[in-house]
Amino acid sequence: MFQNMTLSKAYGLFTIGFLIFSFVLLLLEVTIGLSTAIIGWAFLILTMGLYAVIGIMSRTKVLDEYYVAGRRVPAFFNGMATGADWMSAASFLSMAGSVWLLGYDALAYIMGWTGGYVLLALLFAPYLRKFGQYTIPDFVGARFGGNRARGVAAVCAVIVSFTYVTAQVVGVGLIMSRFMGVPYELGVVIGLSGVLLCSFLGGMKAVTWTQVAQYVILIVAYIVPVTFLSLKLTGFPIPELAYGQALQEITRLEKEQKIAKGYIDPYNEPLTNASAVAAVTQINNQFGAGWPVPTPKSVPPAPITPGVGGWQGTPWDMMALTFVLMIGTAGLPHILIRFYTVPSIRESRVSVGYALFFIFLLYFTAPAYAAFSRWEILQNVVGLKIGTVDDGGKTWTTVLAKDGKPLPWVLNFSKTGLLTITDGNKDGILQFSEIGINADLIVMSTPEIAGLPYTIAALVAAGGLAAALSTADGLLVVIASAVAHDFYFRILNPKASAQTRMNLGKAMVVVAAAAAALAAMPRLALIVQMVSWAFSLAAASFFPIVLLGIFWKRANGTGAIAGMIGGMAVTIFYMVNNYLDPNFNILGISHLSSGLFGAATNFALTIVVSLVTAPPPKEIQDFVDNVRHPRDEDVVESKPAAAPAE
Amino acid sequence: MSDKKEGGNRLDAYWKANLQLIWILLAIWFAVAYVPPLFVNQLNTIVIAGFPLGYYMGSQGSLVVFVILIFYYAWRMNKMDQEYGLRDKDK
Repeated sequence: MFQNMTLSKAYGLFTIGFLIFSFVLLLLEVTIGLSTAIIGWAFLILTMGLYAVIGIMSRTKVLDEYYVAGRRVPAFFNGMATGADWMSAASFLSMAGSVWLLGYDALAYIMGWTGGYVLLALLFAPYLRKFGQYTIPDFVGARFGGNRARGVAAVCAVIVSFTYVTAQVVGVGLIMSRFMGVPYELGVVIGLSGVLLCSFLGGMKAVTWTQVAQYVILIVAYIVPVTFLSLKLTGFPIPELAYGQALQEITRLEKEQKIAKGYIDPYNEPLTNASAVAAVTQINNQFGAGWPVPTPKSVPPAPITPGVGGWQGTPWDMMALTFVLMIGTAGLPHILIRFYTVPSIRESRVSVGYALFFIFLLYFTAPAYAAFSRWEILQNVVGLKIGTVDDGGKTWTTVLAKDGKPLPWVLNFSKTGLLTITDGNKDGILQFSEIGINADLIVMSTPEIAGLPYTIAALVAAGGLAAALSTADGLLVVIASAVAHDFYFRILNPKASAQTRMNLGKAMVVVAAAAAALAAMPRLALIVQMVSWAFSLAAASFFPIVLLGIFWKRANGTGAIAGMIGGMAVTIFYMVNNYLDPNFNILGISHLSSGLFGAATNFALTIVVSLVTAPPPKEIQDFVDNVRHPRDEDVVESKPAAAPAE
Repeated sequence: MSDKKEGGNRLDAYWKANLQLIWILLAIWFAVAYVPPLFVNQLNTIVIAGFPLGYYMGSQGSLVVFVILIFYYAWRMNKMDQEYGLRDKDK
């Protein structure tokens, strides 16, 4: 169907076309003053229309194509698709923002979300490809003998993927409301219809080819603004190499402005339950739930810095978070299934390399984005006068430019509720500590803060949308296949026809999308929190048993079930307790890294329970031998994997 | 495939060689990701082109190593498949 050369040509032309399109809009804006609304809608219509066209072109009625794109995706393109699948609203919008906000400690995300691919490449991808079925519960079921293990795995897959997809929908609504001026709820609906057009008709096949296009858009949208920023601030257009200067300037300005918490200094984040307090309060306000609000606490108790000089904790929390993000990445079902879609084991190995390379392009740039943005704010925004502006019958505290006029972006972003300016010491001058900015806002707002043309900001919005939608697409496929394939076909009705399974899969895509939209409507802070927990849950459920399943023949089904359930239980226990009260902690490790304890429990339980129960039968041991290597030329192997044919 | 390795335990030898390679690469992975955070203050006293080394290892240095590790493993294993007479044509 798709030839490698025509594919490269098609996507190459698309990339050039997209760059020209952006450039023309930029020119029109600068020369004839094209309105911001037209620019925003032009990007939206172009990108969403494109996803719809690819989705419709790739529609399919073949199960193999619906679940694993016919296993014909070349390594290079699977790498790009994996990149888009992986990089969500969190990577695109929040990650650089977290680095901006937390400095060194947030590099756990940069290292964790890339280092996991090393584990994936070395420990999982080739073996899963050799196994070659449709879902991760398929592997768990085949390796651990039966439907009980498969069922537990399918439940874990649905929990992890559903929390994750809901957060993407929140991201979509946020971007749409800020850049298109539509209400948040309508933004959610428009965004989701884009997702459905693509994944409903064509399943994994359509998702794959749309993700490749989405990767191109998101990477262009990420790198262009930071390149402009680098050029503006340092005169050198390669931000990844130039931001060393930004780091030096930040350190200098921090000393000048007497900011206690240094950007480069490690481990200066205390454990707090501020997010839990906010989340519970919000739920009580919106639903009248009347839950007990936890007392705000901080470890060590605030204020942690009596003077300038800083407080330093231990490295354990950051290292634990890095580790959990790594093993969580390697255990996420929507990433693992991408390695079912390549034609061979050889390609699966190379494909992980391409995937990480494409992800690396963004992650390698994120610290530069953060540093330039922080430099810009410390240098050009801090020290301006604070004033007020009336809008919509409300008076907003804002920042005045040097000419005395209010800066337009301050009001725009204040209205989203993600930015607050307060004149804490009442001196009428903006200090760094008086800017209350949400991490999600940094990437979106930096182009405007730095005074770049609106086209650049709209490009960033299109990129954020591509990142959120591509991830949502991949997750919907996982949820649909867990229900239609694992629960319905494998467990409930093994005689179901291919047609029935296909229809149920399509129905599940719609149901999951609608459920995610409903869950996203109240905009609960808890939802965003849940994504960071998804990594802990994946780390505590899938990673240990898939790893032991491949590398330790003695592991059996009873052990794996005990491991998954025990791992999940310990993770949730630590998570909830530490979330509500930071005094509950081991070595200062926060709830975000609770999967560390869950994964350890899972390993221990799987090993101990397997050892005290009977070893797995010979067929399963042979099955493990079989997945460990590509086909032997000298031996005629029986069909791998004990799965019935279509 | 004239240099195909012989012997009844060919597949065992293949698996052993694979495991050995995995251990070596995982040791490097661990060293770049988890050793610098322990010595970040000491490393930060070394500044190259404006980048404090401790910070740099977290923000970019370790990432470069991760990418290289994966491509090296893919290249080495794909070569090893041939040496051991393994192929994967089955879809």
